[in-house]
Amino acid sequence: MKIVIVGCGRVGASAAETWDRAGHEVVVLDLSSAAFDRLPGSFKGSAIRGDGTDEDVLRRAGAEGADVFLALTEGDNRNVMSAQLAAEALKIGAVIAKINDPLRAKAYAELGIATLSRTGLMLDAVNGYLGLPVSGLATMQAPTGIHPGDHHLAESPAPAGSDPMAAPRAAGAPMEA
Amino acid sequence: MFVLVVGGGKVGYYLAKELIDSGHEVALMEKDEARARQIADEIGSIVIPHDGCEGKYLGEAGCNRADVVAAVTGDDEDNLVICQMAKHHFDVPRTIARVNNPKNEALFRHLGVDELISPTRMILGSIEQDIPVHELLHLGALGEGELELIEARLQAGSPAIGRAPGDIDMPDGCSLFALIRGGIATPLRPDTVLQEGDKVIAIGKPECESFLHGQLIGDPQATATGG
Repeated sequence: MKIVIVGCGRVGASAAETWDRAGHEVVVLDLSSAAFDRLPGSFKGSAIRGDGTDEDVLRRAGAEGADVFLALTEGDNRNVMSAQLAAEALKIGAVIAKINDPLRAKAYAELGIATLSRTGLMLDAVNGYLGLPVSGLATMQAPTGIHPGDHHLAESPAPAGSDPMAAPRAAGAPMEA
Repeated sequence: MFVLVVGGGKVGYYLAKELIDSGHEVALMEKDEARARQIADEIGSIVIPHDGCEGKYLGEAGCNRADVVAAVTGDDEDNLVICQMAKHHFDVPRTIARVNNPKNEALFRHLGVDELISPTRMILGSIEQDIPVHELLHLGALGEGELELIEARLQAGSPAIGRAPGDIDMPDGCSLFALIRGGIATPLRPDTVLQEGDKVIAIGKPECESFLHGQLIGDPQATATGG
């Protein structure tokens, strides 16, 4: 699989390292080249300095034709914009955005983007450890709806192989507004 | 009308002020606390000192009953998210976003933002009005500067459009000889009908230039001096 990762923080770098070692083609972008120090010397993928919310930068990085796109920067909105560019302009099938604000995470899942929310993930990990009930906050959500104007999303075939859209969601997590 | 303005920079501040003066109900969200306090001191307690990108605070600001949400922060990604949250989560009928990178306009429109204001494009448009874009292009000099090779691009308003080369008056020593259409160069034949977007290559003495300008570009002043 060809995987594009925007944001080479701890999660981004670990994902890049893991998938590179597993033999996938990995492209990782970050605004700061110092962020690439997190990558191991053995990393065989591409590390590109640039703004992942800029369509030109994404195209130059070769994001077009990727199977999976992950937006993992520290900024929720940068992730949202980057992910929507990937889905709408670059037509990448599997797009996941880290959105820590649970409300925004739910809203964007409804707009057709798989979302990953640290707030809910961490809280529910703690709840699980303590044997407490799940929080009901967004954690990892598959897209629950299609953007009203985006019929092509419905037509685009699901990516072959593993399907990150089908990630399990926390039991009891509310999916409706 | 209830207008929710997000972003308390210069644009947001003056926007809120003007809207209040025209009698509208206004709420302004500004995440920087010091800036929020400063605005509140000046125009009253309409300021919500929180991040307008955060769903929770948008809700608290009354986004669900807003008639218009104007996202005027300095960051495109923030303005996009504010408008999308307003539109799809709070059912706001009209969303307006400030867009700094003109390349983002198409995406924003596609993603459902109702109205885009691009200061960059506006200023660019204004500058371009002052630059003569309808110019003849000098491709080179032939001989010892006696003859010039000139390219003219036919744009809307050119008097040559719809005419054949034979119908265009040319002074002695000046001729049109080649046509570039859609990237393909061909000799200019007597029956060719010129179209908008065509590039016509001419050869002639330097003094023919103003005449060529009048015939091919259509600047009235050049026609007057040239003809």
